[in-house]
Amino acid sequence: MNLTITRITARALLGRKRALLLLPMPALLIGLTLLANGTGVPAADWGPIVLGEMGITVILPLTALIVGSSVLGLEIEDGTITHILAKPLPRREIVLSKLFVAWGVTTLAAAAPLAVAGAIAGGPGLALGLLGGATLGALAYSAVFLAFSLLSRRPVAIGLIYIMLWENLLVRFASGAKVLSVQRYTTATADTISPSELLNATLPGVVAAALAVAVIAAGTMLATMRLRSFALTGETS
Amino acid sequence: MTTTTVELTGVSHWYGNVVAVNDITLTVGAGVTGLLGPNGAGKTTVLHMMAGFLPPSQGEVRLGGHPSWRNPEIYRQLGLVTERESMPGFLTAWEFVLASAKLHRLADPRQAASRALDIVELGESQHRRISTYSKGMRQRARVAAALVHDPAVLLLDEPFNGMDPRQRLHMMDLLHQMSEEGRTILFSSHILEEVEQLSGTVQVIVAGRLAASGDYRHIRRLMTNRPHVFTIQSSDDRLLATVLMRQESVSGVELEPAGIQVRANDYGTFTRALAKVARDEHVRLIGLQPADESLERVFSYLVAT
Repeated sequence: MNLTITRITARALLGRKRALLLLPMPALLIGLTLLANGTGVPAADWGPIVLGEMGITVILPLTALIVGSSVLGLEIEDGTITHILAKPLPRREIVLSKLFVAWGVTTLAAAAPLAVAGAIAGGPGLALGLLGGATLGALAYSAVFLAFSLLSRRPVAIGLIYIMLWENLLVRFASGAKVLSVQRYTTATADTISPSELLNATLPGVVAAALAVAVIAAGTMLATMRLRSFALTGETS
Repeated sequence: MTTTTVELTGVSHWYGNVVAVNDITLTVGAGVTGLLGPNGAGKTTVLHMMAGFLPPSQGEVRLGGHPSWRNPEIYRQLGLVTERESMPGFLTAWEFVLASAKLHRLADPRQAASRALDIVELGESQHRRISTYSKGMRQRARVAAALVHDPAVLLLDEPFNGMDPRQRLHMMDLLHQMSEEGRTILFSSHILEEVEQLSGTVQVIVAGRLAASGDYRHIRRLMTNRPHVFTIQSSDDRLLATVLMRQESVSGVELEPAGIQVRANDYGTFTRALAKVARDEHVRLIGLQPADESLERVFSYLVAT
């Protein structure tokens, strides 16, 4: 990993207006959890919806999509990527640095608020489980969306298709699709760390963790390969 | 400094069905070389291939003997200034150039960044954000970042874009100085005066093909299908015009207020015959100037053919 790239990437990411998009989602999650908890209704009635359907299914992947597609995608879009690529650096080092920033920011903006919501709904055990699961999920999503940003000029559109169609539609009707669902890895890992009735795990924890590691490795390798063969396109004269 | 060359051997590049660069073989050595061509001729494609940012569809591109494509190690000896001006505007020039020095893993990045910023005369504004810079200042910051590791090869795509006349002169001095140190410098431009002032050696690309390569004055002399035009002032222009018309190497003479303009078919024969004719006719030659050896004229001939 390269500290110079990490620092510049973090500044670029957190300095842009796009970073403001990250604030409402955790606020909404924690706010809704507090509200639901305050009503006195048992957590079993609202927990799966707020934590699972909203936190793990929507907020975590959307945050990872915004961040993961930006760390390299924006530099490719505006051309500043050439400043980093014209250096004698292994491309793996560039990808890992970008991935680290995406993971860190997604963890802070989505996994940590999810843990706070878990603490409110089910106590420290659930908080720990959600933190572990969502941190792993944040890394897997970041690797996938980072790879998307090198595979396509429209990484956000492809990412949305993955989240909406694959994870939220296909997985419901074709159970085999869950082996490629980061959302399912997240839930299963969280449930393995701290079993809870509020989590609806459909994969064994070990399998989920192994699949997540495979997805992270595949995303990172794919991104590295693509960056090695990165060609400047656009205006020619 | 040891010379590092950039070599293209039988290089072509196509985008889908469009051939952008067609079978180019050239070598760029120490000194300043201008890469010339009309807009859309393929200059940027050639530069991108040299810099390892585009794969040749065919042929081989080598820098210092090593392949450029998929080889980040070449950037140890290569400094690159692309045409696209995008820079991280949230950084100051100091931060930007220092980051470049660190990414090159230089032993003393602060000292290298400071030296590079001094070279491009950005020292006073170095702690301002790049987003507040003028176009010329941004260009200089990019050049500083490209120079920070003291590269043996410098590739610049339209480096004078946005610079005011003083900054242009400064940049030209800088490139001259670097060329005298034995560096290989290739810059693209469509402004012929810039190329003429900076370099006699050119690589001319027209419609994706290498139209000419070398010193443009020499290239002009090799264009035997176009008469060479000379302006001559003498003690008796009318007499000289009469006798010159008798020469086989002369295809036309015009009397003008400033002297006579002679069109010669054969450069060598005419220049040898002129002295003899003038001596025989007791005409004193006051001035003799090639009238169409400017880069502009050479370029227009090349583009027209």
